[in-house]
Amino acid sequence: MTSAGPIETWTTILTVAATAVAGDVLTAGAMRRIGDLDEIRAQSGLPGAIRAVVSSRMFLLGVFSMALSFFSLLFTLSNVDVSLAAPASASLTFIGNAAAAKFFLHENVDRRRWIAALFVCAGVALLAH
Amino acid sequence: MKHTLTPQRYLILLAVILTASFGDVLLSHGMSQVGSVSIHNLGLLFTALKNPWVISGIVLLLGFFASYLTALSWADLTFVLPSTSFSYVIVALLSHFWLHEYVSPYRWLGILMIVCGVGFVANGPSLTEHPLPVSEPQ
Repeated sequence: MTSAGPIETWTTILTVAATAVAGDVLTAGAMRRIGDLDEIRAQSGLPGAIRAVVSSRMFLLGVFSMALSFFSLLFTLSNVDVSLAAPASASLTFIGNAAAAKFFLHENVDRRRWIAALFVCAGVALLAH
Repeated sequence: MKHTLTPQRYLILLAVILTASFGDVLLSHGMSQVGSVSIHNLGLLFTALKNPWVISGIVLLLGFFASYLTALSWADLTFVLPSTSFSYVIVALLSHFWLHEYVSPYRWLGILMIVCGVGFVANGPSLTEHPLPVSEPQ
């Protein structure tokens, strides 16, 4: 079914992965700024916790990026086989998240976490077969 | 300080895994009943919203998002993502045993690799300890 050339195929797959990484990192960064949701819920109840989350601009930007990723995946799927597009974008997202979490969220991505990301990335790619 | 998780927090991670995998499988089962949606019959998507399997799938995926955000509020992204990727394994098992899809040897190998990846992070610290900024000496 793949009707796109290699450049278009990989550009759309990279767009899906990049917007997914942006969405994940922005929501994770927002949750780190907001603080422990369990504690917020204990203090101001579930409505307070929901209010804390949805009033964060960073969180809303993250959700917007996730929506962009979803629609770019839909666009990709209309031109590229799902057996290539889905695992390729999911695997690239895993690796991209590890790098972005290290640089933007300053997470300690040690060897253990890199190996985990690579194993999961390879595993997701194999699931397509 | 090494951040390890309390049993309650492990339950949240389990909720992320189960709601993501069961949500996807219920949506898939519901959409197989609704039929193929194309650009010419987008109205079928509204019909899909009346399907009980699709509704249950959406409710579970909302639960997934809530528990995923809760997990991100006390654990690193690079801990939560590999740990919860176990949901891929659950989806493969459910599609094999419940939806009777064929799971090839490559897929079983992929499942094994994901399990190994989860094992690598599961025993590690869940949160990076950021030292407080050191104040300038007077």
